[in-house]
Amino acid sequence: MTEEAGTMTKAEIVESVYEKLGFSKKESADIVEMVFDTMKETLEKGQKIKISGFGNFVVRHKRPRIGRNPQTGQEIEISERKVLTFRPSQILKMALNK
Amino acid sequence: MNKSDLIEVVSERVKNLTRREVEVIIDTIFDKMTGALSGGERIEIRGFGSFEVRVREPRQGRNPKTGAQVYVNTRKVPFFKVGKELRERVNNGAGAA
Repeated sequence: MTEEAGTMTKAEIVESVYEKLGFSKKESADIVEMVFDTMKETLEKGQKIKISGFGNFVVRHKRPRIGRNPQTGQEIEISERKVLTFRPSQILKMALNK
Repeated sequence: MNKSDLIEVVSERVKNLTRREVEVIIDTIFDKMTGALSGGERIEIRGFGSFEVRVREPRQGRNPKTGAQVYVNTRKVPFFKVGKELRERVNNGAGAA
């Protein structure tokens, strides 16, 4: 089910940092970028990130398995891979249902 | 890595900001994101991923301990979809996970 409230982008997050801290727009954009870059580098190394009050980003290892092309019915091996999952914190879940 | 570790690493990389300033920035980012989701908005962070709110239909559930029937109200849950760049980096990364 979709909500009709629009999409927040990085630009709006930068804007809120800009308003809160009073650095220049450029500095605000750079630091927000740096935060996400740091998170990406950490996850790339296979480490999890726990942001209290928001949630945990966890890299999970998926074993290879046999899948099937639903169109042709043909069996194919789905190779082993690592995937990123997000587990929302209780606080975030509650915030959505207030 | 928890939030303090993240603050630490970012502080080391951005020399002209204090640890306290980085902390406020990181809190602002996640507060802003929480606010967006609470208002039913989607969030799209290019290269990282997107967050959206999904609605779980009400259902008749059961308390697994007592077996008692309970009615589970309709509720909203956050859903994260990893972006293409990060998905590939995680999968190709050196980490053992």
